[in-house]
Amino acid sequence: MEKTFRILRYDPEKDQEAHFQDYKVPYEKGLTVLEGLYYILENLDATLAFRSSCRAAICGSCAMHINGQYRLACRTQVSALNSDLITVRPLSHLTILKDLVVDLKPFFDNYKKIEPYLQPEKAEPAKEFTQSEKERGKIDKLVDCILCAACYGSCPVASTNPKYLGPQALVAALRFINDSRDGKTQERLAIVANDEGIFRCHTIFNCQQVCPKDIDPTNAILKLRGKSFMSKLTGKI
Amino acid sequence: MIYHDIIIVGAGLAGLRAAIEASDLGKDVAVITKVHPLRSHSGAAQGGVNAALANNPDGRDDTPDKHAYDTVKGSDFLADQDAVDVMTNEAPARIYELEHWGCPFSRFKDGTIAQRPFGGAAYPRTCYGTDKTGHFMLHALYQQCVKRNIKFYEEFFVMKLVVEDNQARGVVALNLGTGDIVSFASSSVIFATGGSGRIYGKTTNAHVSTGLGVAIPFWEGVAIKDMEFIQFHPTGIIGKYILMTEGCRGEGGYLLNNAGERFMKNYVSEKIMELAPRDITSRCIQTEINQGRGINGGKYVYLDLRHLGKKKIMERLPGIRDICIDFLGVDPIKQPIPIHPVMHYTMGGIDTNFDGATSVRNFYAAGEAACVSVHGANRLGGNSLLETIVFGRRAGEHAAKNLKAEKEKNTRIAEKAKKEQVKYVEGLFKNGGKENPYEIKKQVSTVMDDKVGIFREETNMKKAVDEIKELRIRYNRDSRPVKSGKIYNYDLLWYLEMKGSIDIAVVIAAGALARKESRGSHSRTDFAKRDDDNWMKHTVAVFNDKAPVITYKPVVVTKYQPVERKY
Repeated sequence: MEKTFRILRYDPEKDQEAHFQDYKVPYEKGLTVLEGLYYILENLDATLAFRSSCRAAICGSCAMHINGQYRLACRTQVSALNSDLITVRPLSHLTILKDLVVDLKPFFDNYKKIEPYLQPEKAEPAKEFTQSEKERGKIDKLVDCILCAACYGSCPVASTNPKYLGPQALVAALRFINDSRDGKTQERLAIVANDEGIFRCHTIFNCQQVCPKDIDPTNAILKLRGKSFMSKLTGKI
Repeated sequence: MIYHDIIIVGAGLAGLRAAIEASDLGKDVAVITKVHPLRSHSGAAQGGVNAALANNPDGRDDTPDKHAYDTVKGSDFLADQDAVDVMTNEAPARIYELEHWGCPFSRFKDGTIAQRPFGGAAYPRTCYGTDKTGHFMLHALYQQCVKRNIKFYEEFFVMKLVVEDNQARGVVALNLGTGDIVSFASSSVIFATGGSGRIYGKTTNAHVSTGLGVAIPFWEGVAIKDMEFIQFHPTGIIGKYILMTEGCRGEGGYLLNNAGERFMKNYVSEKIMELAPRDITSRCIQTEINQGRGINGGKYVYLDLRHLGKKKIMERLPGIRDICIDFLGVDPIKQPIPIHPVMHYTMGGIDTNFDGATSVRNFYAAGEAACVSVHGANRLGGNSLLETIVFGRRAGEHAAKNLKAEKEKNTRIAEKAKKEQVKYVEGLFKNGGKENPYEIKKQVSTVMDDKVGIFREETNMKKAVDEIKELRIRYNRDSRPVKSGKIYNYDLLWYLEMKGSIDIAVVIAAGALARKESRGSHSRTDFAKRDDDNWMKHTVAVFNDKAPVITYKPVVVTKYQPVERKY
C-alpha cells in the first residue's frame, strides 16, 4: 500500500514561489509522517529539506502543518490521519527558508523578551531552594514546553502582528511567575501586560488545540490577564 | 573568518555547561551547533541525575563515596577511580546549582529535591523532574546562556577540527542556512557533540547522534577510548526503539515474560530484581527472548506498570504514558508495554582526563562524546546527565584558565584549512555517485545490530569488521551527496555524518573483536568471563586510513580492588 505525500516545496535559489510536489511513500502500520519524509529524502528526492532530531516528541524540531493541523511530524501516525493523501506544509507566517524549514528567529526572539531565566529574590541557599509539592504543581505542564512553535504557527494574531509575543512566550512568562523561587512577578507582568502581550490575544484557542504537550497556552494567557488586572488595580504595575 | 578565544562544538548539556563556565570566567566564548540548542539530544534523557544528596528518607546515610563505589562496581571495574571520585564529590554542588538556575526538579514532601531508586545503585539517589529530567536540565542551562547573552552559531555544521603542531586552532563549519563553508579560528576548542547511537539501527538515539563528533578529532590524530563498550538499554519500545526510562522500574515496574513471570528473579537476587544494572538486565531480557520466552514467542517482553496505579503513573511517568499512547497506541495504565533492549549509549569516546584535556593541546571534550572514563564497561543510569554537568563545567574552566590567545596565527591556519574543505566539498559534487549513501549506511547499521550487539563472538565480529571495511570503501568510492542548491542541503549534511558513523563503527567492531573477555556491556559467548589479569585496561584507538591502530592503557585504581560483580 502507498500513501501520497504532497509537500510544499520552495527552493529560494530557483523557485519564484512555493509549489506542491507529490511523492509515493510505501505504507506500513505505525508509519509516522517524519518517517515518510525520511523515506522521500533517502530514496526519492535528496533535495528535500526538513528539520528533525529526536523523533520522540521531545526536541521540538519537526512542527509543521499536516493535513489541516499543526503537529509534530514525528508523533503523527499516518494511520491517524485517515487519508491516502498526506499534505505537508511548513509552519505558517514564518519566512520559508527552504521547503519545510522556516526562520524561527522571530519566535525565539519573543521568548528572549520575557527574560526566560529564574530570577530569585532571596540569596541562594547552601542546598536547594525548598519548594512544596503544591508549589511545584503550579509549574506542572508549563515546564513541559518544547518550543516547537506549533502554537505560534497556528495563531492568527501572530500572523497579522509580528510584534505580538505569541502563545509560547506568554506560557514561559507564566512558568516563571508561578515558580515559588522566582522574585520578579511584577516586572514580568509589566513585560506582558500590554497590547503586544496578553491583551493582543483574541482567545481563539488554536494554540490550545495544537499544543503537542497539552499545555493550554490560552488558559495561561487568561491567568496572566487575571494577575495583571490585580497588579494594575493595586498600582503595582 | 570568525575568531573566538574558546569555541564549543555542541549545545547539549555538556556544551552549555562549559559555555556558562567559560563565560563566567570572563572569556570570549561561542557555541557552534548543527541544531538549535534546545533540539539537542540531552533533552531526551528521562529518568534522572545521580547525586548523593541524601534527601530520600530511605537513603539518609548516602555519601559521594557510596555513589563512587556503585559507579565503579557498575563499570565492571573499568572506570578510572580518580575520575569517578571527582564526579561523585562534585555532584551535589552541580545539582544545587541547577536547582538555583530554575531546573524544575520534582519534590519530596519536605520540599527537597526528589530522588528515586535506579539500577545498580545501593541508595535512592537519582534526582528527577517527573520523567523529563534531561528536558528540564537542558532548558535551565539554555536559559542561563540567554541570561549571559552567550554567542551561538545555530545550524552551523562542524566538518573539521583544525590542528597544527599538535595544537587545536579552530574548526571549519558548513553554514547550513547559506551553504557557505566558514572558518572559526580559536585558541581553545571543546567538543561536546554527544553520542554515536545512530551507528546502530535499533537505537534510542536522535538522528543527530551519529558519532561524527568523535570521528572529527579522531581523523586529526586525537586518541579515542573504549569504543567497544556500547550500552543497550533494557527497555526500548518495539518498532520505534524509543526509550522507556529506567525510572519505570525505579518506581516499581515489572519485567514479564510470556508466562507472566517476573523472570529477573532467575538471574539476580530477589532484593534487586528489575533494578539490576543495564548490561545485566538487557542480557536477561535478550536471554528470555532467545530461549523462546518472549511474548507470544516474539522478540519482546513486557514492561508492566499497571500495578503502580493511575495516580503514580500520571505524577511520575507522564511522558512515558504519552510516548506509549502516541507511538504504540498502548496506555500503560491499562496495558503492559512491549519492549526489548536497544542501543542507548556509548561509554567510550574521545580520550580525556578529568579536566577534559586530550592528547592534543587546547583541545577538550566533555559529555557522551568524551571518555573520561567514569562509566568504564557499563554506565549506571543517572550518571550520564551528571557527567555532562560535572565535566562540561571542568572542561570550560580548564580551557578558560589555561587560555593563551593566539588570534592572528590561528586565524591564518584555520583559513587555510577552510580552503581545503571548500575544495573537498566541491570535489564531492563533481562526480555523481552510483550508490545510494543511505542504503550503505543502513547496511552498516544492520551489521552492527546483528554482529556487534548484546552477545558477541569471534566469527560474527570478524565478519562485521570485514563487511564494514567493504561498505566504507563503497561509501567513499561510489556514493556522493546530491548536487542541489547551497541553502539547507541536508543531504550533504547526512552524507558527511555517515562518514563519521562508518569510521567509528570500524573502531567499535575492531575493539570488540580484540577484547577477548566479557566485561560490563561487552559480553562474549566465546570468552564468557572477565579476565582482570589480561584485560583490565582501556582500549585506545588512533586513526589510520587502513585500520585503526589499537593499543591499551592501564585503569586508574585507587580505593577499590576488583571483585566479582554480583547483584
